[in-house]
Amino acid sequence: MSDVADRVKKIVVEHLGVEADKVTDNANFIDDLGADSLDTVELVMAFEEEFNVEIPDDAAETIVTVGDAIKFLEKNAA
Amino acid sequence: MFGLSGRKALVTGATGGIGGSIARALHAQGATVALSGTRRSALDELAASLGDRVHVVEANLSDKDSVEALVPAAEKAMDGLDILVNNAGVTKDNLFMRMKDEEWDTVIAVNLTASFRLSRAAVKNMMRRRYGRIINIGSVVGSTGNPGQGNYAASKAGLIGMTKALAAEVASRSITVNCVAPGFIESPMTDVLNEKQREGILGTIPMGRLGQGGEIASAVVYLASTEAGYVTGHTLHVNGGMAMF
Repeated sequence: MSDVADRVKKIVVEHLGVEADKVTDNANFIDDLGADSLDTVELVMAFEEEFNVEIPDDAAETIVTVGDAIKFLEKNAA
Repeated sequence: MFGLSGRKALVTGATGGIGGSIARALHAQGATVALSGTRRSALDELAASLGDRVHVVEANLSDKDSVEALVPAAEKAMDGLDILVNNAGVTKDNLFMRMKDEEWDTVIAVNLTASFRLSRAAVKNMMRRRYGRIINIGSVVGSTGNPGQGNYAASKAGLIGMTKALAAEVASRSITVNCVAPGFIESPMTDVLNEKQREGILGTIPMGRLGQGGEIASAVVYLASTEAGYVTGHTLHVNGGMAMF
């Protein structure tokens, strides 16, 4: 597992208060991890802070699973 | 009760009659305040009279870039923002049939759109901190309408709807969003009324007098307080009984 994946999963576990083993690449924030729409906005804000990157709204809308977030951040974060 | 020590507040339109009273009252409760307005000298004067815990952040609320820059500037000056008071407002009265597009656009831009943009910017960090107070200053005419004020009434009614929508969205993060709706208040906006208009207005107010800026400010202090944490999406009418809802 990459360093980015570790950090993403840690943020998701902390923010949503879910078990770490539920935070798989395919886990959908809303359907599988019980996030509401406001949680998804906050997760994006947390990713922006952790990775010091700006995630534009149209990109944020495509991040619906844990894997989506990891893929985006591996590509765009320093 | 209602102490605001350690809280950081931004008040727009702080050079106006009501805005100045709001800034003074929040400051008197212990808050650090950022004063925003268009008239630098009046802002500096108010800041000087308040002493410490005061910052001046200029903005032209009819200009998008100026609006976008305001919340970050206030957050930077005060190292955070807990209380946003969207008080700035303008009137461009005209009979509906004669109302120019620019008269409509200016009033909507300053009274409603700027409040939207400032709230959008402020709520982001309020969510992070799990605490915030947004208070929109509406008007009784947002609920009753008023001849010659189609634009102003629409902007103030818009604020009430926006208040409720945002309140519902962010309630789970302990952020409250409320509206204070003044009736006729002694201020530069009502000083322009002539004696006959004044008498006519007083006849519609059961209290038989105009309100004072401080009476609006007290309502704002309450909604800004920790004690008002379970009040959200509300419009608090402060109008001497001229309209009861």
